[in-house]
Amino acid sequence: MLMLAFDTATPAITVALHDGWATLSEHHTVDASRHGELLAPAIAHVLESAGATREDLTGVAVGVGPGPFTGLRVGLATARTFGAVLGVPVHGVCTLDVVALATEVSGPFLVATNARRKEVYCASYADRETRVGGPEVARPADVASPLPVAGEGAALYPEHFPSAVAPEYPSAAVLAEAAVRRTVPLLEPVPLYLRRPDVAEPGARKPVL
Amino acid sequence: MRVADEPVVLGIETSCDETGIGIVRGSTLLSDAIASSVDEHARFGGVVPEVASRAHLEAMVPTLERACRESGVALRDVDAIAVTSGPGLTGALLVGVASAKALALSLGRPVYGVNHLAAHVAADRLEHGPLPEPCMALLVSGGHSSLLLVEDVTSGVEQLGSTIDDAAGEAFDKVARLLGLPFPGGPHIDREARAGDPAYVEFPRGLTSGRDMERHRFDFSFSGLKTAVARWVEARERDGEPVPVADVAASFQEAVCDVLARKAVDACRRRGVDDLLIGGGVAANSRLRAMTEERAGRHGIRVRVPRPALCTDNGAMVAALGAELVSRGRSPSALDLPVDSTMPITEIVA
Ligand SMILES: [Zn+2]
Repeated sequence: MLMLAFDTATPAITVALHDGWATLSEHHTVDASRHGELLAPAIAHVLESAGATREDLTGVAVGVGPGPFTGLRVGLATARTFGAVLGVPVHGVCTLDVVALATEVSGPFLVATNARRKEVYCASYADRETRVGGPEVARPADVASPLPVAGEGAALYPEHFPSAVAPEYPSAAVLAEAAVRRTVPLLEPVPLYLRRPDVAEPGARKPVL
Repeated sequence: MRVADEPVVLGIETSCDETGIGIVRGSTLLSDAIASSVDEHARFGGVVPEVASRAHLEAMVPTLERACRESGVALRDVDAIAVTSGPGLTGALLVGVASAKALALSLGRPVYGVNHLAAHVAADRLEHGPLPEPCMALLVSGGHSSLLLVEDVTSGVEQLGSTIDDAAGEAFDKVARLLGLPFPGGPHIDREARAGDPAYVEFPRGLTSGRDMERHRFDFSFSGLKTAVARWVEARERDGEPVPVADVAASFQEAVCDVLARKAVDACRRRGVDDLLIGGGVAANSRLRAMTEERAGRHGIRVRVPRPALCTDNGAMVAALGAELVSRGRSPSALDLPVDSTMPITEIVA
């Protein structure tokens, strides 16, 4: 088997290729505003450096967020199109679960990532593989915790999350491994927006006179 | 070139609220699948970018499958992918460009990120065959109002003028709202106007007076017209009199079309161009077509207007431009192709 995995729901653009036993190649960049530019070359790079071709792929795994919408959609549009063209399954994985899997803590902890607008995307875990709350979008003060906190949110809001732990961003190698071994819930490749589109219906017409 | 040698190109359009995927072989249209989120925007009175972006993601794969099914073309037979990379709404463009790159990567084919306005021009190849060179293009929609001199749609397009405020289609939407007509306003104004008197109110013709003509000969302005209609309607309402919707619609439409037709024909005459192409959603307006054809005809200028489905945003127009680029041996875009919400018309391929 050959699983292509990537996540674009945080400032990281992370891509990996997994053959069912181990990660064959991976590529990791951090650039909050260039997911649309960097993802496709990164995929081309991991395929090439593993000596694999697109026809070898047997599945795609993609982080479904929650995360800033624009970057998140780049990942999902890419994953769904790959799946449709190659006729292979596309698995969604909650991005916060991928961060959780890579922590090295025993006992309960949180994952908090940057939701912008002074908020975080947050979930709580009993252990690395067991989410017990969330994901939700919240103000840091409302989910402040003395527990260990992984994800960029801990670095952004140390006053609310005093015990930051690694990792800051998800890793596609971990995502691929989780999808292959099914150690986290596999979801449909549907974005976890958690927020409604930010629009107001127009009120009464404003007079020009 | 034999038909079998002509490139099969798949085009993707997501710059605004239509998810369009079209497939062409050279200048032959094979399929043109569209999913529109217009109904989701109607209650907001205009396109909401985040709503449009979400709808593009949901519509992408189903529309792709429909385009393939209707064309009878398998994806492996596609020679190249073309996608609108600008101008347009950034979040909306990104969904199309990400999907186009995924197609290019998973099929092992080149991807061309193309200019949306040039694609509007190229659309007419699918209807009326090769474009006359040079030709003048008047592109009018809810998002753009431009007058372009097209020497070669794959490399040489000069913008003579554009709107300095609202797009023509935007003015239609705003005036429709003022008159209690649904969004999008264009078709409703057109229908109402048929029963109205176009000379009922003499609304202003933006940028057509002496001094404006020196500086903005080929530019458009519709904001003042929109305000003039609002003032007129409100004065009526304040006096407790009914608003003659058909007459106001006809008078407003007459003012817009008069300016568009006048400037387009003037541009053709000034630059010695005998062919005028009209594209964009407003090209479907019956008065604009009739008035332009009549005035152009007086000066021996031929007018080309593709059928409405090819005038509004669609994937086939992007594919048509892509096919022309492939045929002329132009280099494709790199995989790190960005989107450009303000892509200038001097840039045909990103
Ligand atoms: Zn357009």
